[in-house]
Amino acid sequence: MSARVITITSGKGGVGKTTATANLAVAFALLGKKVACIDADIGLRNLDVVLGLENRIVYDIVDIVEGRAKLRQAMIRDKRLKEDLYLIPAAQTRDKTAVSPSDMVRVCDELKPLVDYILIDSPAGIERGFRNALAPADEVVIITNPEVSSVRDADRIIGLIEAEQKGPGKLVINRVKPDMVKRGDMLSPEDVIDILAIKLVGLVPEDELILVSANQGSPAALTPDKSKAGKAFQNIARRLLGQDVPFMALDEDLTFVQRFLRALGFSSENVDSGNNTARNKKNNDKAGSTSKSEKEKIEESAGAES
Amino acid sequence: MSSLFDRMFGGRKPTSSQVAKERLQLVLVHDRSNLTPAQVAAMKDEILEIIARYVDFDREEVEIALTSSDRENTLRAEIPIRPTSGRRRRPVTPAPLSDA
Repeated sequence: MSARVITITSGKGGVGKTTATANLAVAFALLGKKVACIDADIGLRNLDVVLGLENRIVYDIVDIVEGRAKLRQAMIRDKRLKEDLYLIPAAQTRDKTAVSPSDMVRVCDELKPLVDYILIDSPAGIERGFRNALAPADEVVIITNPEVSSVRDADRIIGLIEAEQKGPGKLVINRVKPDMVKRGDMLSPEDVIDILAIKLVGLVPEDELILVSANQGSPAALTPDKSKAGKAFQNIARRLLGQDVPFMALDEDLTFVQRFLRALGFSSENVDSGNNTARNKKNNDKAGSTSKSEKEKIEESAGAES
Repeated sequence: MSSLFDRMFGGRKPTSSQVAKERLQLVLVHDRSNLTPAQVAAMKDEILEIIARYVDFDREEVEIALTSSDRENTLRAEIPIRPTSGRRRRPVTPAPLSDA
């Protein structure tokens, strides 16, 4: 077993990297994968509170790098899940220079035999912390909001990722407000993809439950039936696993989403409404019967889906 | 494209998201090329200076622009060249029509 390393980054701060990392980690675990997430934001750690594991930190990544702790000692296991989800926290009293890109590669290499996926929560910016997070990545997920500054920063980050031969990366558009898109006051997912020209792997609607779940330290992906955003993160995890998951409608009125999906080559019948589980199941069955490889993929994770 | 069309023919005010998209596309061309608008203007002037040594053209007709699509930058130049003396020109008097 050798884990795949996925780095979650954005350039701009506050677009939802930590939220995405926490929710994707939970979603992977619920899909039956062993996951470790690493908080690479040294000095400004937050993944621990979003995951609700802040009270269990003894050692952090700097302790591993500097030899005060063994890797296993710094891995905090989330006991709420029967599947394996570990957090390796950032140090809070140090800064980004305490860890180098080669340290990150070494830690990930040691971690790889123990899990299926390693998710790295990158700090904002394009300096050392970002370089640390990027160094061990097999794949990069770029989070952006449909808003000028975060799209511009995402473009810059995509350029840097390509320059490091890690590109082009996959895009998650977070905090989409369908009603604002509809009245022309928010960049549509189509607009953002047009501008950034990379593959879309997820659309996450604005959802108050994300704040509620962060308040409680219990990621929304733990309850995907209650939260549209939680469901969206679950869909992203499945797409990252290679499953063909239709994009979720963000609203009851599907017009822009339907147009958007059609542009991407999906038929509108395949849209899952996010709150109609029976229909989702039917869609999965349909997908399973149409393509053999798809069926295998779905079966592979079927046990964890229910 | 549709936003430009709307503005030219429909006379409708563009939505704020259309404005955002157009502004982003412009700023990203410069971000991606690592050139400031002033540097692009300087580059245009130098290019035209060199071309002017060899051919005659009307500065008003020149179009040089950095464009960006699918993450690839392209420098596009359209420089219509003025016909010069000594080159083949269209005949001054048209050939007589046979059956007029």
